[in-house]
Amino acid sequence: MSQAKDALPVARLDKIPLALIPVIAAAALPLIPSLPTWVTLTVAGLAMGMMIFIMASGLTLVFGLMDVMNFAHGAFITVGAFVATSVLLPLAGWTHADSLWRNLAALLLAILASMAVTGALGVAFERVIIKPVYGQHLKQILITMGGLIVAEQLIIAIWGPDMIALPKPVTLRGSFIYGDIAIEKYRVLAVLVGLAVFAAMFLVLNRTRVGLLIRAGVEDSEMVESLGYRIRRVFIGVFAAGSALAGLGGVMWALYQETVTSAMGMQVMILIFIVIIIGGLGSVGGCFIGSLLVGLVANYAGFLAPKVALGSNILLMVLILLWRPQGLYPVAKR
Amino acid sequence: MSNLLALSGVNTHIGHYHILQGVDFVVPQGGLTMLLGRNGAGKTTCLRTIMGLWKASAGCIDFDGADIVGRSTPAVAQLGIGYVPESMGIFAGLTVRENLTLAARAGPIDQGRLDWMFGLFPALKKFWQLPAGLLSGGQKQMLAIARAMIEPRKLLLVDEPTKGLAPAIIGHMVDAFRELKRTDTTILLVEQNFNFARALGDTVAVMDSGRIVHSGNMSELAQDAALQQRLLGLSLDAHQ
Repeated sequence: MSQAKDALPVARLDKIPLALIPVIAAAALPLIPSLPTWVTLTVAGLAMGMMIFIMASGLTLVFGLMDVMNFAHGAFITVGAFVATSVLLPLAGWTHADSLWRNLAALLLAILASMAVTGALGVAFERVIIKPVYGQHLKQILITMGGLIVAEQLIIAIWGPDMIALPKPVTLRGSFIYGDIAIEKYRVLAVLVGLAVFAAMFLVLNRTRVGLLIRAGVEDSEMVESLGYRIRRVFIGVFAAGSALAGLGGVMWALYQETVTSAMGMQVMILIFIVIIIGGLGSVGGCFIGSLLVGLVANYAGFLAPKVALGSNILLMVLILLWRPQGLYPVAKR
Repeated sequence: MSNLLALSGVNTHIGHYHILQGVDFVVPQGGLTMLLGRNGAGKTTCLRTIMGLWKASAGCIDFDGADIVGRSTPAVAQLGIGYVPESMGIFAGLTVRENLTLAARAGPIDQGRLDWMFGLFPALKKFWQLPAGLLSGGQKQMLAIARAMIEPRKLLLVDEPTKGLAPAIIGHMVDAFRELKRTDTTILLVEQNFNFARALGDTVAVMDSGRIVHSGNMSELAQDAALQQRLLGLSLDAHQ
């Protein structure tokens, strides 16, 4: 009996990619002159990684489920940021008040408005732009790139060509000080929001029937249809959710940078592509780990060798792909 | 015996290729019909066309009194047709439980039916919480068939269930399909293994070059070696 039990195959979580995060953090420790600086950089890296995750998670899910590489994803990030300016700037009374609750209420309103607008735009974009080019990758790249350019010009037409300053709400400025360690309050918020998004996605994907459908659809959408499910409806829902998450990421990123420009989405797309390639196209867990790795490496490299900061993420991607050509957590495909 | 499924003059094009060229055959209610033919004869295309995965360019597919040509794949499945593709279509990243849960569209899996499935395929109970990608080829095939039958279906379409399986597993499959036949489920089974087909089939249709070249009772074909040789190019000795 025990022999039979021993013979059972066992499902194991691949923990090696998870271990990369503490390994990289530990490897950076001796290179950085002081412990407080290392802590500050590590928290900054994790916060940056969380924001990249929020922006990238929707794109990786859309690619995994719908086999659509949406280069216009950056437009939803930009729109989210601009909608936030339209909500937060008129609410200056709330964002300038020395009250955490008023500040958070204003931020929540901006987030909800941005997610609603980008989610609705996502549905329209899927119906009008994406639907005619399902399964045609070259056309997808061309038409979504075109969509990104058109969206940028529309943003300029609506909000103007100038950069808009978007200061953080008062109580989210400054840092928590612990001895010599300074941790920016906004970065703590970014980490909390990122964790909440990851937890919500994890629960939806693993504990609900819709999540089961999405996971199955990522592997083999044709078989899901053969079981009697209208996967196209799930596609639309996922596209809307992915666009809404891009909007949320846009708000978080804009407040992190404290400026909003029409090109911000396109600029951050480079990091997003690196993250989803590192994580394994279509893998939410891989996207999460990849985001944190990119955030950490960008911050450590930015401190240790600023001139190679951007190249460091490309190097990270190359190293990971040499090790695992399909990314950290490749998604099983039929 | 009435016919649950009837194809008449069905044509299917894939790109520039004209694969099905006027397919006509019937699947009697409650029986197991074997669809035989050489590689490339159009058997898989036939099943995929019935499921709406490839669109018929002409002809009629009558299922339970309704023409289903032009209906979407989910709409066809919702009529009560279960489908097991040649690739098995197992969701490798989902557990055995999740694969079956997803297939039970009406809600939670009926415990009585699940116990019956476990009786047919005990390995599924043993590996209930295991990702399906870790199962062996035979176990994946069992899961694929169980998934198509986890709820009562009017018609089961199965594409080459013995492909790549060891003889012992094929014997188990024969037993499982005999048990399914006892439930009066109508089955259309594509197969290359003639011994497997002979053991199970009530009726048979043979395809060649996108057309049906023979149809009738399996027992007649099983007893006529010359006909087998002509239709299938079979040397039965080689199969035994």
